[in-house]
Amino acid sequence: MTEKGSKPLIKCRDVAIAYDKLLAAEGITFDVFEGDYICITGENGSGKSTLLKGILGLNPLKSGKIDYFGISKREIGYLPQQTSIQRDFPASVYEVVISGCLGKRGIRPYYNKKERQLADYNIERLGIADLKKRSYRELSGGQQQRVMFARALCASERMILLDEPITGLDPMVTAELYSIIRQLNNDGVTVIMVSHDASGAIREAKKILHLDTTMKFFGTAEEYIQSDIGKRFLSR
Amino acid sequence: MIMDLLSYEFIRRALFVGVLVAVCSALLGVSLVLRRYSMIGDGLSHVGFGAMSVALAMNVAPLAVSIPVVILAAFLMLRISENSKIKGDAVIALISSSSIALGVIVTSLTSGLNVDVYSYMFGSIYSISKDDAWIAGGLACVVIIIWVLFFDKIFAVTFDESFASATGTKSGVWNTVIALLTAITVVVGMRVIGTLLISSLIIFPVLTSMQVFKSYKSVTISAACVSVAAFVIGVAVSFAFSTPTAATVVVTNLVCFGLFCLIGGIRKGSRKNG
Repeated sequence: MTEKGSKPLIKCRDVAIAYDKLLAAEGITFDVFEGDYICITGENGSGKSTLLKGILGLNPLKSGKIDYFGISKREIGYLPQQTSIQRDFPASVYEVVISGCLGKRGIRPYYNKKERQLADYNIERLGIADLKKRSYRELSGGQQQRVMFARALCASERMILLDEPITGLDPMVTAELYSIIRQLNNDGVTVIMVSHDASGAIREAKKILHLDTTMKFFGTAEEYIQSDIGKRFLSR
Repeated sequence: MIMDLLSYEFIRRALFVGVLVAVCSALLGVSLVLRRYSMIGDGLSHVGFGAMSVALAMNVAPLAVSIPVVILAAFLMLRISENSKIKGDAVIALISSSSIALGVIVTSLTSGLNVDVYSYMFGSIYSISKDDAWIAGGLACVVIIIWVLFFDKIFAVTFDESFASATGTKSGVWNTVIALLTAITVVVGMRVIGTLLISSLIIFPVLTSMQVFKSYKSVTISAACVSVAAFVIGVAVSFAFSTPTAATVVVTNLVCFGLFCLIGGIRKGSRKNG
């Protein structure tokens, strides 16, 4: 599958990946192109998040290969699932967002002007400038996710990986977040999102990857709606 | 009265070491408490007691034995806590109560509960040797320098380990550093404030500061200040009323906690009304 002559950023070839020594998913082959919006979907425990961590280099591959072209593992913004630690963590919005610049900083013990500006820019971009000095734990779920987006964008302008970004949010906030992701994708950010919200996925994403311990489907959202597995998963 | 007190060298030394231990434990406490590892400090101090008793019974230098043992225990406990399959808190309780049991048996078989053992249980701040003071000073410098230089990295690893790893921060290395420093702080702190109470120095200042302050930086700075203030006030009060020093320091911390809760509550209330 080639795409308007553009080269892939990431190539996954027959990847098998384990979680806690148990095989989580295998037989995964797909390419990620610049500007893609891919949604990885499937039931709980189908290996979606594990695959995402594999792409980030956080989970070792059992077999197969992931190649990166013109982008390094460290240049990928990541929006992990929220942990219970974060929910009442005393940190200001600004502190959380600028920590996304840490990878760029190397061994320098402070953030320079460029990094501080990048943090401010991304705070502005996600419409949370008025929350900049507020404590992360005082924010609503949707506001917290915006902070996480801003942090991920500080780490990378080019590609962000989202792990269940809409879980536990009410429908209105979910719609807002989807429109943020759409906007970012239109700005040229490559998006890979893990979600079990299949109807949202086919509406929003350009491509779908369906996992059920093996890769059952990879193609455009339109193709997915027509496919057997897509029909089955969507009519649940 | 203060000038009188400060004219004694052993009191100056006690204050010097105590203040440094207070700063170190508060800084490490921020990371440990926020990551729900509060019990590790407690567990380590009990392991330290076990190691100390065995060392005293065998007539070898207590610090030389207990520092490596406690470091080992620190790694073990952090590793177990990371592994979600095993109940971390239960294992910490197992290790710490076993260490105390071992320490008590060894003590009763040999010397009995003598002054040395007693002083490690409840601290003996006024009998700190020059060597201990140097070790405490060196440790405090290391902890403070690491904290200032790597403040943002420690924040990132504490707040969100997987994001930090994904963007190239070596979370494993930093967990190791925190475990190492915690172990050393606990062992040195045992001399000052005692096995039974050292974990309070790690936990109290952070919890106190979290009642009022909202950013990571302000909580960290406040924790260090509260810790030092509570220590100095506690020592002064213990002198004035002839109460046990370590216990008085802990009670001072408790009073500070109550005070900060009150301030935090008033702030919240006024925001709701305003």
